Amino acid sequence: MTSDPIDVERVRRDFPILSRRIGPAELVYLDSANTAHKPAVVIEAEAQHYRCHNANVARAMHTLGAEATAAFEGARGRVAAFVGARPEEIVFTKNATEALNLAAHSLGAGLGPGDQVVVSLAEHHSNIVPWQMACQRSGAELRWFDLTEEGRLDLERAAAEDLINPRTKIVAVTWVSNVTGAVSPLAQIAAQARAVGARLVVDGSQGVPHRPCDVAELGADLLAFTGHKLAGPTGIGVLWGRSELLEAMPPFLGGGEMIEVVRMEGSTYARPPHRFEAGTPPIAQAVGLGAAVEYLSAWGMDAIARHEADITAYALDRLAELPEVRLLGPADPADRGGAIAFGLADLHPHDVMQVLDSYGVAVRGGHHCARPLHRRFQMGASVRVSSYLYTTRGEIDRLIEALIATLEFFRVRPGRK
Amino acid sequence: MGLESLYQEIILDHYRAKHHAGLRQPYSVEVTHVNPSCGDELVLRLALAGDRVEDLSYLAEGCSISQASTSVMSDLVIGRRLDEAVGLHDGFQAMLEGQGRVELDEEVYGDAVAFSGVAQFPARVKCAMLGWAAFRDAVWRASPGGTDD
Repeated sequence: MTSDPIDVERVRRDFPILSRRIGPAELVYLDSANTAHKPAVVIEAEAQHYRCHNANVARAMHTLGAEATAAFEGARGRVAAFVGARPEEIVFTKNATEALNLAAHSLGAGLGPGDQVVVSLAEHHSNIVPWQMACQRSGAELRWFDLTEEGRLDLERAAAEDLINPRTKIVAVTWVSNVTGAVSPLAQIAAQARAVGARLVVDGSQGVPHRPCDVAELGADLLAFTGHKLAGPTGIGVLWGRSELLEAMPPFLGGGEMIEVVRMEGSTYARPPHRFEAGTPPIAQAVGLGAAVEYLSAWGMDAIARHEADITAYALDRLAELPEVRLLGPADPADRGGAIAFGLADLHPHDVMQVLDSYGVAVRGGHHCARPLHRRFQMGASVRVSSYLYTTRGEIDRLIEALIATLEFFRVRPGRK
Repeated sequence: MGLESLYQEIILDHYRAKHHAGLRQPYSVEVTHVNPSCGDELVLRLALAGDRVEDLSYLAEGCSISQASTSVMSDLVIGRRLDEAVGLHDGFQAMLEGQGRVELDEEVYGDAVAFSGVAQFPARVKCAMLGWAAFRDAVWRASPGGTDD
């Protein structure tokens, strides 16, 4: 099913914050890979829940409790439908980081000396550090995919190094890089993992918000993503897992509502997903996330993906006009997400970000929680622009103008001053 | 708050031509400091002669604010008595954290006065403090009871 192209001007009217000004300038928000903006329907859904249905879930037996539980579990159903999963396969966490820590802790509980865990140099710190910790606890060895010069997983080198082998128990890689934008060849990696009996954990933080996702096709055993990059609230993330795998995994956090029977001598645990949701969950945030996935689905994820591919290709073209830009990642828009990271002359990304901000252009300057990736390319940090369904070509033009002004401000190019 | 108040000419001058940059021998203590949010790194060496700063050398990777601030600091502390130099650190930090309410004495601070604009950009205070914090740490490690590891 193919949706109609999205009408970006209509989209923009749904996002109240996009009418903000930064000083005298209209906001150009190119930091959606960091966090996305929220449409009014999401803001309203969360507020409406607090206004009319607020109660704790599962344990409150009164009318409001039943309404809150129905809203929370209804949101689980919406999120499940959004990724082609069953509701009981959707675990709510506080963010993608917690989802990955859950995976590393619970799936990692089966690791031992001699086992290997494979990640990649392209990972966000949240898909490196939890696995380092799991390896420290278990005595397993952490290995990783290197990257090609254009920032894609180096599959040839991995094959030469026998990276995925019978000792590999877990492979944890990103779907779409939050720095280079490179899309990982998940089908190929999934086949390699399956062939040696390893589990595939996918960090979908930059994938699920931007492209159609069907967990049956993705090839992952566990998939982590976060609400706030998906036009939803902060404070809620998701771990999807195959039912039989979740059933076999031990709990992560202990506490209320994740148990079956508690005795002082020991406890038995609830079935998934509640086994992994100790304590009061992010209820209103789940409701907001449910509204967000409905909102995105109404435009159509395929249409959103096409819009972003258009913006990304346009941005790559326009950035190529500036000889001072050194791209960190593929220049070819194929198999690429919307994050575009680059260096500008020898200017520090903080300085670039600061001048862009004075023109109302919001980008991220730093290592984007991917220090090993930057070191791989002999860079300490980079400037990153990232788009979403509300990004326009006009905003990319504003970015280019502001980058030229930055070059003039720091006298890389002759200009004013 | 305009860009020019942040990036004053003096700052850009120091950024383009850093004073006392590079790592030198001999030294009493070496420290490495990072700004975890941006990955900036600074290796700083302090050479002491009695209660004086004999030399301060550094290898730095970072933004114009952090580079220029480290350069200005090196001018201020080299040759100075240690307790005076630490006092300058404290005053500079108080100014940066003062949100514009704390002014530096230009007679004492010289070029460092140019960083007053940074106090209006809270996200950049850490940049301006990177070199100074490394210096303060080096002094602490070099002092009796400090650990030099």
